[in-house]
Amino acid sequence: MNILVCIKQVPNTDKIKIDNEKHTLIREGVESIINPFDAYALEFANRIKDNDKNTNITVISMGPDQAKKALTSALSLGADNAFLISDKKFRGSDTLATSYILSQSIKHLEKTHGQFDLILCGKQAIDGDTAQVGPEIAENLNYPQITYVREIDVLKNSFRIKRETDEGYQILEVPFKCLMTITKPSFDLRFPSLKMKMKAKKTIIETLDLSLLSNIDTNYIGLKGSPTKVKKTYVNEIIKQSISINGSPKEIANELFKIIEK
Amino acid sequence: MTKDKQEMWVFIECFKNGKPKNIGLELLNEATKITKEKNIRVVAIILGNNIIETTKYVIYAKAEKVIYINNKNLEIYNTEAYVTNFYNLIKNYNPQTILIGATSIGRDMAPRLSARLKTGLTADCTKIEIEELSDNIIWTRPTFGGNLMAQIVCLENRPQMGTIRAGVFKKAELNFSNKGTIIEALYILTNNKIKLIEEFLDNENEEINLEEAKIIVSAGLGIKNTKGVQLVKELASELNASLGASRAVVDSNLISRIHQIGQTGKTVSPKIYIACGISGAIQHLVGMKTSDKIIAINSDEDAPIFSIADYKIVGDIFEIIPELINKIKLSKKD
Repeated sequence: MNILVCIKQVPNTDKIKIDNEKHTLIREGVESIINPFDAYALEFANRIKDNDKNTNITVISMGPDQAKKALTSALSLGADNAFLISDKKFRGSDTLATSYILSQSIKHLEKTHGQFDLILCGKQAIDGDTAQVGPEIAENLNYPQITYVREIDVLKNSFRIKRETDEGYQILEVPFKCLMTITKPSFDLRFPSLKMKMKAKKTIIETLDLSLLSNIDTNYIGLKGSPTKVKKTYVNEIIKQSISINGSPKEIANELFKIIEK
Repeated sequence: MTKDKQEMWVFIECFKNGKPKNIGLELLNEATKITKEKNIRVVAIILGNNIIETTKYVIYAKAEKVIYINNKNLEIYNTEAYVTNFYNLIKNYNPQTILIGATSIGRDMAPRLSARLKTGLTADCTKIEIEELSDNIIWTRPTFGGNLMAQIVCLENRPQMGTIRAGVFKKAELNFSNKGTIIEALYILTNNKIKLIEEFLDNENEEINLEEAKIIVSAGLGIKNTKGVQLVKELASELNASLGASRAVVDSNLISRIHQIGQTGKTVSPKIYIACGISGAIQHLVGMKTSDKIIAINSDEDAPIFSIADYKIVGDIFEIIPELINKIKLSKKD
Protein backbone atom coordinates (compact mmCIF):
# COMPACT_ATOMS: atom_id res chain seq x y z
CA MET A 1 0.00 0.00 0.00
CA ASN A 2 1.09 3.51 -0.79
CA ILE A 3 0.52 5.85 2.15
CA LEU A 4 1.19 9.56 2.56
CA VAL A 5 1.21 11.23 5.96
CA CYS A 6 1.06 15.01 6.38
CA ILE A 7 2.76 16.27 9.52
CA LYS A 8 3.24 19.69 11.06
CA GLN A 9 5.90 20.85 13.45
CA VAL A 10 4.27 22.81 16.28
CA PRO A 11 5.33 24.42 19.54
CA ASN A 12 4.22 22.36 22.52
CA THR A 13 1.25 24.58 23.41
CA ASP A 14 0.85 22.89 26.78
CA LYS A 15 4.16 24.46 27.79
CA ILE A 16 3.39 27.99 26.64
CA LYS A 17 3.05 30.49 29.46
CA ILE A 18 1.66 33.99 29.49
CA ASP A 19 3.76 37.02 30.37
CA ASN A 20 1.24 38.86 32.54
CA GLU A 21 3.16 42.13 32.39
CA LYS A 22 3.78 42.35 28.66
CA HIS A 23 0.49 40.61 27.81
CA THR A 24 2.19 38.28 25.34
CA LEU A 25 2.91 34.59 25.02
CA ILE A 26 6.30 33.40 26.17
CA ARG A 27 7.42 31.27 23.24
CA GLU A 28 11.15 31.23 23.94
CA GLY A 29 12.41 27.91 25.11
CA VAL A 30 9.21 26.11 24.16
CA GLU A 31 10.17 22.87 22.43
CA SER A 32 9.00 22.02 18.90
CA ILE A 33 7.24 18.69 18.49
CA ILE A 34 5.39 16.76 15.81
CA ASN A 35 1.76 17.76 16.20
CA PRO A 36 0.40 14.94 18.43
CA PHE A 37 -2.52 14.10 16.13
CA ASP A 38 -0.09 13.86 13.18
CA ALA A 39 2.07 11.52 15.26
CA TYR A 40 -1.01 9.30 15.70
CA ALA A 41 -1.57 9.45 11.93
CA LEU A 42 2.00 8.22 11.40
CA GLU A 43 1.42 5.48 13.96
CA PHE A 44 -1.64 4.29 12.01
CA ALA A 45 0.52 4.13 8.85
CA ASN A 46 3.20 2.21 10.74
CA ARG A 47 0.62 -0.26 12.01
CA ILE A 48 -0.62 -0.91 8.48
CA LYS A 49 3.01 -1.46 7.49
CA ASP A 50 3.53 -3.87 10.44
CA ASN A 51 0.85 -6.09 8.90
CA ASP A 52 1.85 -5.62 5.26
CA LYS A 53 5.56 -5.19 4.63
CA ASN A 54 4.76 -4.17 1.07
CA THR A 55 3.77 -0.73 2.31
CA ASN A 56 5.51 2.51 1.49
CA ILE A 57 5.12 5.51 3.79
CA THR A 58 5.91 8.99 2.52
CA VAL A 59 5.86 11.89 4.96
CA ILE A 60 5.56 15.55 3.99
CA SER A 61 5.66 18.70 6.05
CA MET A 62 5.24 22.33 5.05
CA GLY A 63 7.27 24.75 7.09
CA PRO A 64 10.64 26.40 7.55
CA ASP A 65 13.95 24.54 7.33
CA GLN A 66 13.75 23.59 11.05
CA ALA A 67 10.75 21.38 10.25
CA LYS A 68 13.26 18.89 8.82
CA LYS A 69 13.76 17.85 12.42
CA ALA A 70 10.15 16.64 12.58
CA LEU A 71 10.63 14.78 9.30
CA THR A 72 13.81 13.10 10.56
CA SER A 73 11.95 11.99 13.62
CA ALA A 74 9.17 10.59 11.37
CA LEU A 75 11.80 8.65 9.42
CA SER A 76 13.20 7.21 12.63
CA LEU A 77 9.69 6.01 13.52
CA GLY A 78 9.30 4.08 10.27
CA ALA A 79 8.53 6.41 7.34
CA ASP A 80 10.33 5.40 4.12
CA ASN A 81 10.81 8.83 2.63
CA ALA A 82 10.26 12.43 3.64
CA PHE A 83 9.92 15.75 1.85
CA LEU A 84 9.98 19.28 3.19
CA ILE A 85 7.62 21.66 1.36
CA SER A 86 9.26 25.02 1.82
CA ASP A 87 9.58 28.34 0.06
CA LYS A 88 9.73 31.93 1.29
CA LYS A 89 6.65 32.66 -0.81
CA PHE A 90 4.61 30.13 1.19
CA ARG A 91 4.83 32.31 4.29
CA GLY A 92 1.60 33.78 5.62
CA SER A 93 -0.57 31.15 3.92
CA ASP A 94 -3.95 30.57 5.58
CA THR A 95 -5.57 27.13 5.58
CA LEU A 96 -6.92 27.45 2.02
CA ALA A 97 -3.53 28.47 0.61
CA THR A 98 -1.75 25.85 2.72
CA SER A 99 -4.04 23.07 1.54
CA TYR A 100 -3.54 24.24 -2.06
CA ILE A 101 0.26 24.07 -1.69
CA LEU A 102 0.06 20.63 -0.04
CA SER A 103 -2.36 19.29 -2.68
CA GLN A 104 -0.14 20.49 -5.53
CA SER A 105 2.89 18.95 -3.76
CA ILE A 106 1.04 15.65 -3.44
CA LYS A 107 0.19 15.75 -7.16
CA HIS A 108 3.86 16.42 -7.88
CA LEU A 109 4.93 13.47 -5.72
CA GLU A 110 2.44 11.18 -7.42
CA LYS A 111 4.46 11.50 -10.62
CA THR A 112 7.39 9.71 -8.98
CA HIS A 113 5.69 7.76 -6.19
CA GLY A 114 2.41 6.75 -7.81
CA GLN A 115 -1.05 7.62 -6.56
CA PHE A 116 -1.54 7.33 -2.81
CA ASP A 117 -4.04 4.73 -1.57
CA LEU A 118 -4.35 6.51 1.73
CA ILE A 119 -3.56 10.05 2.84
CA LEU A 120 -3.47 10.60 6.60
CA CYS A 121 -3.55 13.87 8.53
CA GLY A 122 -4.04 14.62 12.21
CA LYS A 123 -7.53 15.89 12.98
CA GLN A 124 -6.10 19.29 13.81
CA ALA A 125 -2.84 20.99 14.76
CA ILE A 126 -2.54 21.99 18.41
CA ASP A 127 -1.25 25.47 17.52
CA GLY A 128 -3.84 26.58 14.97
CA ASP A 129 -6.61 24.19 16.05
CA THR A 130 -8.52 24.75 12.79
CA ALA A 131 -9.01 21.13 11.59
CA GLN A 132 -9.44 22.56 8.08
CA VAL A 133 -6.40 21.56 6.09
CA GLY A 134 -7.21 17.82 5.89
CA PRO A 135 -10.71 18.17 4.39
CA GLU A 136 -9.47 20.97 2.11
CA ILE A 137 -6.72 18.74 0.69
CA ALA A 138 -9.30 15.97 0.17
CA GLU A 139 -11.49 18.38 -1.80
CA ASN A 140 -8.58 19.60 -3.93
CA LEU A 141 -7.55 16.04 -4.78
CA ASN A 142 -11.16 14.88 -5.19
CA TYR A 143 -10.58 12.17 -2.57
CA PRO A 144 -13.38 11.05 -0.23
CA GLN A 145 -12.68 12.24 3.32
CA ILE A 146 -13.34 10.67 6.68
CA THR A 147 -12.64 12.85 9.71
CA TYR A 148 -12.13 11.91 13.39
CA VAL A 149 -10.92 8.36 12.60
CA ARG A 150 -10.10 6.17 15.61
CA GLU A 151 -9.58 2.72 14.06
CA ILE A 152 -8.55 1.53 10.61
CA ASP A 153 -8.84 -2.03 9.29
CA VAL A 154 -7.48 -2.79 5.85
CA LEU A 155 -9.75 -4.97 3.70
CA LYS A 156 -9.02 -6.14 0.14
CA ASN A 157 -9.66 -2.91 -1.76
CA SER A 158 -11.10 -0.78 0.97
CA PHE A 159 -10.79 0.35 4.56
CA ARG A 160 -13.22 -0.33 7.35
CA ILE A 161 -12.96 2.49 9.83
CA LYS A 162 -14.42 3.63 13.10
CA ARG A 163 -15.00 7.37 13.39
CA GLU A 164 -16.16 9.54 16.25
CA THR A 165 -19.22 11.74 15.94
CA ASP A 166 -20.78 14.14 18.44
CA GLU A 167 -23.36 11.54 19.37
CA GLY A 168 -21.29 8.35 19.34
CA TYR A 169 -19.44 6.63 16.54
CA GLN A 170 -19.87 5.17 13.08
CA ILE A 171 -18.42 2.18 11.23
CA LEU A 172 -17.80 3.09 7.60
CA GLU A 173 -16.28 1.49 4.54
CA VAL A 174 -14.35 3.52 2.04
CA PRO A 175 -12.39 2.38 -1.06
CA PHE A 176 -8.65 2.99 -1.41
CA LYS A 177 -7.63 6.48 -2.50
CA CYS A 178 -9.16 8.44 0.33
CA LEU A 179 -8.06 10.90 3.00
CA MET A 180 -8.58 10.42 6.72
CA THR A 181 -8.00 12.76 9.65
CA ILE A 182 -6.96 11.01 12.83
CA THR A 183 -8.09 11.55 16.41
CA LYS A 184 -6.50 10.08 19.50
CA PRO A 185 -6.54 6.27 19.21
CA SER A 186 -6.70 3.76 22.07
CA PHE A 187 -3.09 2.64 21.57
CA ASP A 188 0.21 4.32 22.43
CA LEU A 189 2.87 5.64 20.11
CA ARG A 190 6.02 3.62 19.40
CA PHE A 191 9.52 4.79 20.21
CA PRO A 192 12.28 4.84 17.60
CA SER A 193 15.07 2.27 17.91
CA LEU A 194 18.65 3.50 18.10
CA LYS A 195 19.35 1.84 14.75
CA MET A 196 16.44 3.65 13.10
CA LYS A 197 17.50 6.94 14.67
CA MET A 198 21.01 6.58 13.19
CA LYS A 199 19.59 5.65 9.80
CA ALA A 200 17.14 8.56 9.81
CA LYS A 201 19.90 11.03 10.62
CA LYS A 202 21.78 9.94 7.52
CA THR A 203 18.75 10.16 5.23
CA ILE A 204 18.76 13.29 3.11
CA ILE A 205 15.45 15.11 3.14
CA GLU A 206 14.65 16.70 -0.18
CA THR A 207 13.10 20.17 -0.14
CA LEU A 208 10.36 20.91 -2.64
CA ASP A 209 10.28 24.63 -3.37
CA LEU A 210 8.57 26.70 -6.06
CA SER A 211 11.30 25.91 -8.60
CA LEU A 212 10.40 22.22 -8.33
CA LEU A 213 6.67 22.67 -7.77
CA SER A 214 5.97 24.25 -11.15
CA ASN A 215 2.29 23.30 -10.84
CA ILE A 216 1.73 25.96 -8.16
CA ASP A 217 0.06 29.22 -9.23
CA THR A 218 1.60 31.89 -6.97
CA ASN A 219 -1.67 33.88 -7.02
CA TYR A 220 -3.11 31.36 -4.57
CA ILE A 221 -0.31 31.16 -2.00
CA GLY A 222 1.21 33.20 0.80
CA LEU A 223 -0.36 36.25 2.42
CA LYS A 224 -1.55 37.56 -0.95
CA GLY A 225 -3.25 34.32 -1.93
CA SER A 226 -4.98 33.83 1.41
CA PRO A 227 -8.63 34.92 1.67
CA THR A 228 -8.46 35.24 5.47
CA LYS A 229 -6.19 37.71 7.28
CA VAL A 230 -5.34 38.06 10.94
CA LYS A 231 -6.60 41.48 12.02
CA LYS A 232 -5.37 41.33 15.60
CA THR A 233 -4.28 38.89 18.29
CA TYR A 234 -4.42 39.28 22.04
CA VAL A 235 -3.52 37.18 25.03
CA ASN A 236 -6.32 35.35 26.72
CA GLU A 237 -5.78 36.41 30.31
CA ILE A 238 -7.87 35.04 33.07
CA ILE A 239 -7.27 36.28 36.57
CA LYS A 240 -9.77 36.19 39.40
CA GLN A 241 -9.73 36.97 43.07
CA SER A 242 -10.91 33.83 44.79
CA ILE A 243 -12.31 33.20 48.24
CA SER A 244 -10.80 30.26 50.10
CA ILE A 245 -13.08 27.97 52.05
CA ASN A 246 -11.36 26.09 54.83
CA GLY A 247 -12.34 23.76 57.60
CA SER A 248 -13.40 20.16 58.11
CA PRO A 249 -15.09 18.41 55.18
CA LYS A 250 -18.40 18.95 56.94
CA GLU A 251 -17.78 22.67 57.49
CA ILE A 252 -16.72 23.07 53.87
CA ALA A 253 -19.83 21.20 52.70
CA ASN A 254 -22.05 23.51 54.79
CA GLU A 255 -20.36 26.61 53.33
CA LEU A 256 -20.68 25.22 49.80
CA PHE A 257 -24.32 24.43 50.31
CA LYS A 258 -24.99 28.06 51.25
CA ILE A 259 -23.20 29.31 48.13
CA ILE A 260 -25.04 26.92 45.83
CA GLU A 261 -28.40 27.63 47.42
CA LYS A 262 -28.17 31.38 46.75
CA MET B 1 -37.28 44.85 0.50
CA THR B 2 -35.09 44.82 -2.55
CA LYS B 3 -34.16 41.71 -4.39
CA ASP B 4 -30.46 42.27 -3.77
CA LYS B 5 -30.71 42.36 -0.02
CA GLN B 6 -27.61 40.70 1.38
CA GLU B 7 -28.07 37.45 3.20
CA MET B 8 -26.43 35.87 6.22
CA TRP B 9 -26.98 32.13 6.12
CA VAL B 10 -27.16 29.93 9.19
CA PHE B 11 -26.81 26.18 8.81
CA ILE B 12 -29.38 24.35 10.94
CA GLU B 13 -27.91 21.00 11.89
CA CYS B 14 -30.64 18.41 12.54
CA PHE B 15 -30.98 15.09 14.27
CA LYS B 16 -31.86 11.97 12.28
CA ASN B 17 -35.51 12.58 13.15
CA GLY B 18 -35.39 16.02 11.52
CA LYS B 19 -35.47 18.04 14.75
CA PRO B 20 -33.01 20.95 14.97
CA LYS B 21 -30.01 20.82 17.30
CA ASN B 22 -29.45 23.77 19.65
CA ILE B 23 -26.36 25.04 17.85
CA GLY B 24 -28.24 26.22 14.74
CA LEU B 25 -30.82 28.03 16.87
CA GLU B 26 -28.08 29.71 18.91
CA LEU B 27 -26.44 30.99 15.71
CA LEU B 28 -29.78 32.15 14.35
CA ASN B 29 -30.37 34.30 17.42
CA GLU B 30 -26.86 35.78 17.33
CA ALA B 31 -27.10 36.42 13.58
CA THR B 32 -30.31 38.36 14.19
CA LYS B 33 -28.62 40.42 16.90
CA ILE B 34 -25.54 41.41 14.92
CA THR B 35 -27.50 42.25 11.75
CA LYS B 36 -30.05 44.40 13.57
CA GLU B 37 -28.78 47.77 12.36
CA LYS B 38 -27.75 46.42 8.96
CA ASN B 39 -29.68 45.71 5.82
CA ILE B 40 -29.01 41.98 6.00
CA ARG B 41 -31.52 39.15 5.93
CA VAL B 42 -30.97 36.12 8.20
CA VAL B 43 -31.69 32.86 6.36
CA ALA B 44 -31.86 29.36 7.82
CA ILE B 45 -30.48 26.56 5.65
CA ILE B 46 -31.81 23.10 6.46
CA LEU B 47 -30.64 19.88 4.85
CA GLY B 48 -32.15 16.66 6.15
CA ASN B 49 -35.07 14.28 6.16
CA ASN B 50 -38.47 14.88 7.78
CA ILE B 51 -37.58 18.53 8.31
CA ILE B 52 -40.85 20.20 7.25
CA GLU B 53 -41.79 20.96 10.88
CA THR B 54 -38.32 22.34 11.47
CA THR B 55 -38.69 24.83 8.59
CA LYS B 56 -41.56 26.47 10.53
CA TYR B 57 -39.82 26.12 13.87
CA VAL B 58 -36.77 28.12 12.76
CA ILE B 59 -39.00 31.00 11.72
CA TYR B 60 -40.38 31.09 15.27
CA ALA B 61 -36.71 31.11 16.32
CA LYS B 62 -36.10 34.33 14.28
CA ALA B 63 -35.15 33.19 10.74
CA GLU B 64 -36.60 35.60 8.18
CA LYS B 65 -36.34 33.08 5.38
CA VAL B 66 -35.71 29.36 5.10
CA ILE B 67 -34.21 27.36 2.26
CA TYR B 68 -34.41 23.63 2.70
CA ILE B 69 -33.76 20.33 0.96
CA ASN B 70 -35.77 17.42 2.29
CA ASN B 71 -34.50 14.04 1.12
CA LYS B 72 -33.96 10.63 2.68
CA ASN B 73 -30.34 10.64 1.47
CA LEU B 74 -29.76 13.56 3.85
CA GLU B 75 -31.14 11.77 6.90
CA ILE B 76 -27.68 10.82 8.17
CA TYR B 77 -24.90 13.31 7.50
CA ASN B 78 -22.49 12.31 4.76
CA THR B 79 -19.85 14.66 3.46
CA GLU B 80 -20.41 14.43 -0.29
CA ALA B 81 -24.22 14.76 -0.30
CA TYR B 82 -24.18 17.68 2.13
CA VAL B 83 -21.27 19.56 0.54
CA THR B 84 -22.61 19.18 -3.02
CA ASN B 85 -26.14 20.21 -2.12
CA PHE B 86 -25.01 23.11 0.07
CA TYR B 87 -22.57 24.25 -2.63
CA ASN B 88 -25.36 24.27 -5.17
CA LEU B 89 -27.55 26.47 -2.97
CA ILE B 90 -24.70 28.92 -2.47
CA LYS B 91 -24.06 29.12 -6.21
CA ASN B 92 -27.77 29.83 -6.83
CA TYR B 93 -28.29 32.45 -4.13
CA ASN B 94 -24.85 34.03 -3.47
CA PRO B 95 -25.06 34.67 0.27
CA GLN B 96 -22.63 37.14 1.78
CA THR B 97 -21.93 35.20 4.99
CA ILE B 98 -22.36 31.60 6.15
CA LEU B 99 -22.40 30.54 9.82
CA ILE B 100 -21.99 26.85 10.62
CA GLY B 101 -21.77 25.18 14.03
CA ALA B 102 -18.30 23.93 14.97
CA THR B 103 -19.70 20.46 15.63
CA SER B 104 -18.15 17.28 14.25
CA ILE B 105 -20.51 17.65 11.26
CA GLY B 106 -19.80 21.35 10.79
CA ARG B 107 -16.06 20.88 11.02
CA ASP B 108 -16.22 18.07 8.46
CA MET B 109 -18.44 19.93 5.99
CA ALA B 110 -17.32 23.58 6.22
CA PRO B 111 -13.66 23.19 5.14
CA ARG B 112 -14.54 21.00 2.16
CA LEU B 113 -17.22 23.50 1.17
CA SER B 114 -14.86 26.46 1.50
CA ALA B 115 -12.24 24.69 -0.63
CA ARG B 116 -14.85 24.04 -3.33
CA LEU B 117 -15.91 27.71 -3.18
CA LYS B 118 -12.28 28.86 -2.91
CA THR B 119 -13.21 31.23 -0.12
CA GLY B 120 -12.06 31.98 3.43
CA LEU B 121 -13.20 29.99 6.43
CA THR B 122 -12.46 30.75 10.09
CA ALA B 123 -12.67 27.81 12.48
CA ASP B 124 -14.17 27.47 15.91
CA CYS B 125 -15.15 31.07 16.63
CA THR B 126 -16.36 32.28 20.01
CA LYS B 127 -17.45 35.76 18.91
CA ILE B 128 -18.75 37.31 15.70
CA GLU B 129 -19.35 40.97 14.89
CA ILE B 130 -19.77 43.05 11.76
CA GLU B 131 -17.10 45.67 11.03
CA GLU B 132 -18.53 49.14 11.31
CA LEU B 133 -17.80 50.49 7.86
CA SER B 134 -17.93 47.32 5.82
CA ASP B 135 -19.80 44.07 5.58
CA ASN B 136 -16.80 42.09 6.85
CA ILE B 137 -17.38 39.81 9.78
CA ILE B 138 -14.74 39.99 12.49
CA TRP B 139 -14.32 36.36 13.53
CA THR B 140 -12.76 35.93 17.00
CA ARG B 141 -11.30 32.54 17.87
CA PRO B 142 -9.01 30.99 20.48
CA THR B 143 -5.75 29.62 19.12
CA PHE B 144 -2.45 28.24 20.51
CA GLY B 145 -4.37 25.85 22.73
CA GLY B 146 -6.52 28.68 24.04
CA ASN B 147 -3.59 30.88 25.08
CA LEU B 148 -4.14 33.43 22.34
CA MET B 149 -7.25 35.03 20.83
CA ALA B 150 -7.15 35.94 17.13
CA GLN B 151 -9.45 38.21 15.15
CA ILE B 152 -9.76 37.09 11.54
CA VAL B 153 -11.32 38.87 8.58
CA CYS B 154 -12.08 37.70 5.05
CA LEU B 155 -11.73 40.86 2.99
CA GLU B 156 -12.44 40.06 -0.64
CA ASN B 157 -13.82 36.58 -1.05
CA ARG B 158 -17.53 35.91 -0.65
CA PRO B 159 -19.24 34.17 0.94
CA GLN B 160 -17.22 34.70 4.10
CA MET B 161 -17.53 31.60 6.23
CA GLY B 162 -16.98 30.57 9.82
CA THR B 163 -17.67 27.70 12.17
CA ILE B 164 -18.84 28.77 15.62
CA ARG B 165 -18.65 26.83 18.86
CA ALA B 166 -21.75 25.44 20.49
CA GLY B 167 -22.93 27.02 23.72
CA VAL B 168 -21.35 30.42 23.18
CA PHE B 169 -24.66 32.08 22.32
CA LYS B 170 -28.15 31.62 23.69
CA LYS B 171 -31.06 30.58 21.47
CA ALA B 172 -34.08 32.85 21.15
CA GLU B 173 -37.40 32.44 22.90
CA LEU B 174 -39.84 31.12 20.29
CA ASN B 175 -42.30 33.65 18.92
CA PHE B 176 -45.17 31.88 17.19
CA SER B 177 -46.39 35.00 15.44
CA ASN B 178 -43.15 35.34 13.45
CA LYS B 179 -43.58 35.12 9.68
CA GLY B 180 -41.08 34.21 6.99
CA THR B 181 -40.57 32.84 3.50
CA ILE B 182 -39.97 29.11 3.08
CA ILE B 183 -38.31 27.87 -0.10
CA GLU B 184 -37.81 24.26 -1.05
CA ALA B 185 -34.77 23.44 -3.20
CA LEU B 186 -34.19 20.24 -5.15
CA TYR B 187 -31.90 17.49 -4.00
CA ILE B 188 -28.95 16.70 -6.24
CA LEU B 189 -27.87 13.10 -6.41
CA THR B 190 -24.22 12.59 -5.52
CA ASN B 191 -21.72 9.79 -5.89
CA ASN B 192 -21.02 8.84 -2.30
CA LYS B 193 -18.08 6.44 -2.09
CA ILE B 194 -18.30 6.07 1.68
CA LYS B 195 -20.65 3.37 2.91
CA LEU B 196 -22.16 3.56 6.40
CA ILE B 197 -22.10 0.08 7.92
CA GLU B 198 -23.28 0.79 11.41
CA GLU B 199 -23.94 3.70 13.71
CA PHE B 200 -23.75 3.71 17.49
CA LEU B 201 -25.37 6.59 19.30
CA ASP B 202 -24.74 7.33 22.94
CA ASN B 203 -28.08 9.04 23.16
CA GLU B 204 -30.23 9.15 20.09
CA ASN B 205 -32.02 12.35 19.12
CA GLU B 206 -31.26 14.22 22.29
CA GLU B 207 -28.52 16.38 23.60
CA ILE B 208 -27.04 16.55 26.99
CA ASN B 209 -27.96 20.11 27.55
CA LEU B 210 -24.61 21.17 28.95
CA GLU B 211 -24.83 24.47 27.10
CA GLU B 212 -28.10 25.38 28.77
CA ALA B 213 -27.48 23.91 32.21
CA LYS B 214 -27.83 26.22 35.24
CA ILE B 215 -25.46 24.12 37.33
CA ILE B 216 -22.68 21.89 36.02
CA VAL B 217 -20.81 19.42 38.17
CA SER B 218 -17.62 18.62 36.30
CA ALA B 219 -15.10 15.85 36.89
CA GLY B 220 -11.33 15.92 36.43
CA LEU B 221 -8.74 13.17 36.90
CA GLY B 222 -8.91 13.79 40.66
CA ILE B 223 -12.00 11.60 40.70
CA LYS B 224 -9.59 8.75 40.08
CA ASN B 225 -11.95 5.83 39.35
CA THR B 226 -15.52 4.67 38.77
CA LYS B 227 -16.24 5.23 42.45
CA GLY B 228 -15.31 8.88 41.98
CA VAL B 229 -17.49 9.05 38.88
CA GLN B 230 -20.45 7.72 40.88
CA LEU B 231 -19.87 10.34 43.53
CA VAL B 232 -19.81 13.20 41.04
CA LYS B 233 -22.87 11.80 39.25
CA GLU B 234 -24.76 11.58 42.52
CA LEU B 235 -23.91 15.17 43.37
CA ALA B 236 -25.06 16.29 39.90
CA SER B 237 -28.31 14.41 40.27
CA GLU B 238 -28.99 15.83 43.76
CA LEU B 239 -28.40 19.35 42.46
CA ASN B 240 -30.40 18.77 39.26
CA ALA B 241 -27.20 19.65 37.49
CA SER B 242 -25.59 18.43 34.24
CA LEU B 243 -22.44 16.35 34.29
CA GLY B 244 -19.29 17.77 32.71
CA ALA B 245 -15.80 16.32 32.32
CA SER B 246 -12.26 17.30 31.45
CA ARG B 247 -10.54 15.77 28.42
CA ALA B 248 -8.28 13.66 30.62
CA VAL B 249 -11.28 11.95 32.21
CA VAL B 250 -12.89 11.35 28.81
CA ASP B 251 -9.63 9.97 27.42
CA SER B 252 -9.47 7.54 30.35
CA ASN B 253 -12.93 6.28 29.32
CA LEU B 254 -14.40 7.15 32.71
CA ILE B 255 -17.07 9.48 31.29
CA SER B 256 -18.32 9.59 27.68
CA ARG B 257 -17.14 12.25 25.28
CA ILE B 258 -20.45 14.12 24.98
CA HIS B 259 -19.76 15.47 28.47
CA GLN B 260 -16.39 16.96 27.55
CA ILE B 261 -15.89 20.66 28.26
CA GLY B 262 -13.04 22.70 26.84
CA GLN B 263 -11.13 23.53 23.67
CA THR B 264 -12.00 20.22 21.97
CA GLY B 265 -15.32 19.80 23.80
CA LYS B 266 -18.18 22.10 24.63
CA THR B 267 -18.24 25.70 25.78
CA VAL B 268 -20.47 26.34 28.75
CA SER B 269 -21.40 29.24 30.98
CA PRO B 270 -23.73 28.06 33.74
CA LYS B 271 -24.68 30.00 36.86
CA ILE B 272 -22.58 27.61 38.94
CA TYR B 273 -19.69 25.44 37.77
CA ILE B 274 -18.37 22.95 40.30
CA ALA B 275 -14.96 21.64 39.25
CA CYS B 276 -14.20 18.40 41.10
CA GLY B 277 -10.59 17.31 40.87
CA ILE B 278 -9.95 19.32 37.70
CA SER B 279 -6.43 20.70 37.55
CA GLY B 280 -7.41 23.30 34.96
CA ALA B 281 -5.37 23.08 31.79
CA ILE B 282 -5.89 26.20 29.66
CA GLN B 283 -7.74 24.01 27.14
CA HIS B 284 -10.33 23.27 29.82
CA LEU B 285 -10.50 26.82 31.15
CA VAL B 286 -11.43 28.33 27.76
CA GLY B 287 -14.54 26.14 27.76
CA MET B 288 -15.94 27.24 31.12
CA LYS B 289 -14.27 30.45 32.28
CA THR B 290 -17.37 32.57 31.60
CA SER B 291 -19.43 30.66 34.18
CA ASP B 292 -20.99 33.04 36.73
CA LYS B 293 -19.68 31.28 39.84
CA ILE B 294 -16.83 28.82 39.74
CA ILE B 295 -16.30 26.50 42.68
CA ALA B 296 -13.11 24.44 42.50
CA ILE B 297 -12.22 21.52 44.74
CA ASN B 298 -8.73 20.12 44.31
CA SER B 299 -6.15 18.53 46.58
CA ASP B 300 -3.30 20.43 44.89
CA GLU B 301 -3.32 24.01 46.15
CA ASP B 302 -1.31 25.17 43.13
CA ALA B 303 -3.78 23.74 40.61
CA PRO B 304 -4.32 26.32 37.81
CA ILE B 305 -8.10 25.94 38.14
CA PHE B 306 -7.86 28.10 41.28
CA SER B 307 -6.68 31.07 39.20
CA ILE B 308 -10.19 31.47 37.81
CA ALA B 309 -12.18 30.09 40.74
CA ASP B 310 -14.51 32.29 42.78
CA TYR B 311 -14.37 29.76 45.61
CA LYS B 312 -11.23 27.79 46.29
CA ILE B 313 -11.34 24.59 48.28
CA VAL B 314 -8.12 22.71 48.86
CA GLY B 315 -9.17 19.26 49.96
CA ASP B 316 -10.16 15.72 49.19
CA ILE B 317 -13.23 15.36 47.00
CA PHE B 318 -13.83 11.90 48.45
CA GLU B 319 -14.38 13.54 51.83
CA ILE B 320 -16.10 16.77 50.83
CA ILE B 321 -18.56 15.60 48.16
CA PRO B 322 -20.24 12.92 50.33
CA GLU B 323 -20.75 15.56 53.04
CA LEU B 324 -22.22 17.93 50.51
CA ILE B 325 -24.56 15.25 49.16
CA ASN B 326 -25.71 14.53 52.74
CA LYS B 327 -26.34 18.19 53.38
CA ILE B 328 -28.45 18.53 50.21
CA LYS B 329 -30.43 15.39 51.04
CA LEU B 330 -31.10 16.66 54.55
CA SER B 331 -32.30 20.03 53.28
CA LYS B 332 -34.77 18.29 50.98
CA LYS B 333 -36.32 16.51 53.94
CA ASP B 334 -36.97 19.77 55.77
